[in-house]
Amino acid sequence: MSKRSRGYLERTLDALLEVMDRAGEAERRAADRGLLQRLDPRVKVVGALALILAVALARNLATLIALLLFAIAGVAVARLPFRLLATRLWIGTLALTGVIAFPALFTTPGDAWFRLPVLGWTATAQGGTSAAYLLLRVVTAATLAFLLVFTTPWTHVLKALRVFRVPAVAVVVLGMTWRYILLLLQTAHRMFEARRSRAVGPLPGRERRRVTAAAGGVLLDRSVRLSQDVYLAMQSRGFRGEVHVADEFRMRASDWAALGAFAGLTTLFVWMGWR
Amino acid sequence: MTIFELTDVTCRYQDVPALRGLSVSLAEGARVAVVGANGSGKTTLLRMLDGLVFPEVGTVRYRDVVLSEAAFANDGFAYDFRRRVGLVFQDADAQLFNPTVFDEVAFGPLQLGWSRSELREKVDEALERLRIGHLRDRVPQRLSTGEKKRVALASVLVLNPEVLLLDEPTAGLDPKSESQVIDLLVGWAGGAKTVVTATHDLGALEDIADRCCVLHEGRLVADADPRGILSDVPLLERANLVHAHRHHHPGREHSHPHLHGHGHDQGLGPRG
Repeated sequence: MSKRSRGYLERTLDALLEVMDRAGEAERRAADRGLLQRLDPRVKVVGALALILAVALARNLATLIALLLFAIAGVAVARLPFRLLATRLWIGTLALTGVIAFPALFTTPGDAWFRLPVLGWTATAQGGTSAAYLLLRVVTAATLAFLLVFTTPWTHVLKALRVFRVPAVAVVVLGMTWRYILLLLQTAHRMFEARRSRAVGPLPGRERRRVTAAAGGVLLDRSVRLSQDVYLAMQSRGFRGEVHVADEFRMRASDWAALGAFAGLTTLFVWMGWR
Repeated sequence: MTIFELTDVTCRYQDVPALRGLSVSLAEGARVAVVGANGSGKTTLLRMLDGLVFPEVGTVRYRDVVLSEAAFANDGFAYDFRRRVGLVFQDADAQLFNPTVFDEVAFGPLQLGWSRSELREKVDEALERLRIGHLRDRVPQRLSTGEKKRVALASVLVLNPEVLLLDEPTAGLDPKSESQVIDLLVGWAGGAKTVVTATHDLGALEDIADRCCVLHEGRLVADADPRGILSDVPLLERANLVHAHRHHHPGREHSHPHLHGHGHDQGLGPRG
């Protein structure tokens, strides 16, 4: 069936499922046996956040460029394909940030840099510097986050947040929310597939809206029932209001060394950034 | 010794009577099958035995304790009960809510305060017993139906409960997986465990149970050994547990009740 004959909601569901599938690719890559993949998740979370902080505090472009090169080197060490970095992250990030940074070129007062031919807008050097700062900060921070997510299973990232005293219940709820969104998307997808298998040709708009509203009601009802069953299943295995999570992380010598290296690098970059 | 005693139990589920005036007792070490058509009250009965649902009328006793919200408000009793009684849900997706298979199996022991060393050892043991050690770090939601069932089983068996309640354990499984699950349960139960299995798969009845309770519209309509139940055709028809096959022959047509078994269909005698 052509995409045009499927409603907006169905196409949105398919797109969301595709996003979830891509998230599955991150999980698969995080399971590789690379150097970064083998580090303790807590070390990677602390290291990534520390370096992102250094990005935020940097006051010169040289430091930001150094941090970006360091992040790119991390991608190489983790043996992640650069094509993945470029297509999944940089293109979208640069485009979105570029849209935000573009006006700064022309609205920041300063020395004239170049003039747009048709519109006659004058870009200033200071505006260019402001835009460069914004782009570099966003791209570098995003690359560091990309490195974390693609070298660490998402579930371990959530558990590692316990280092920052994030309550166990928040970690559990976040994890369950993610998993059950996937399940509900799959259920909704199957419902629309079932409907298509019983329809000949596209439905009129009014009928389509009626069916979609009914499907929404059914999905909501199933969600409520499922959540009730999940709660009963938790109670059945001893849950009484306070959740306990398995902490299976063990720091090895290499993890301590990596932690020390992250601390040293962060200190160096923060010092460089404040000079 | 009686481990569960239900006396005149009535329970409604969203204004629909799920159980009506049910009275039955279960002995320690018994292997009981609860059979009935969809909506007959099997799931509600299991949840009642697991202390998740309480009757509006009547009582459910576990040993000498009446199961009620007040009873479960007592930490000591609640932890002891949850350690001794385990329920495997029919819908594995409702039971698998942890990020990895390891976390799923470890959930119960964690909530019951097991030590870290004991937890690791028992979880690994449960994973190996169910032959899912290779799924340790996998996300449960992305597993196949058979794998999910195994994880759900492991998450309960890790506690080594003395009472195991199973809600349609073979539903949705292919024949090989179904056979493996049945073999596993038969092997695990041994002689000291009480196993209550809700099912409408009559083909496996004699393998998994020594006693069979038939539910129909929330009432207990029969309580006998599996062979006796399977040979009572009118009962099976009344409880919607058999269907009729129609055969066309030149000049005539006849139908007879039909029961599906493990690779050998059992006709129950022609009619008409």
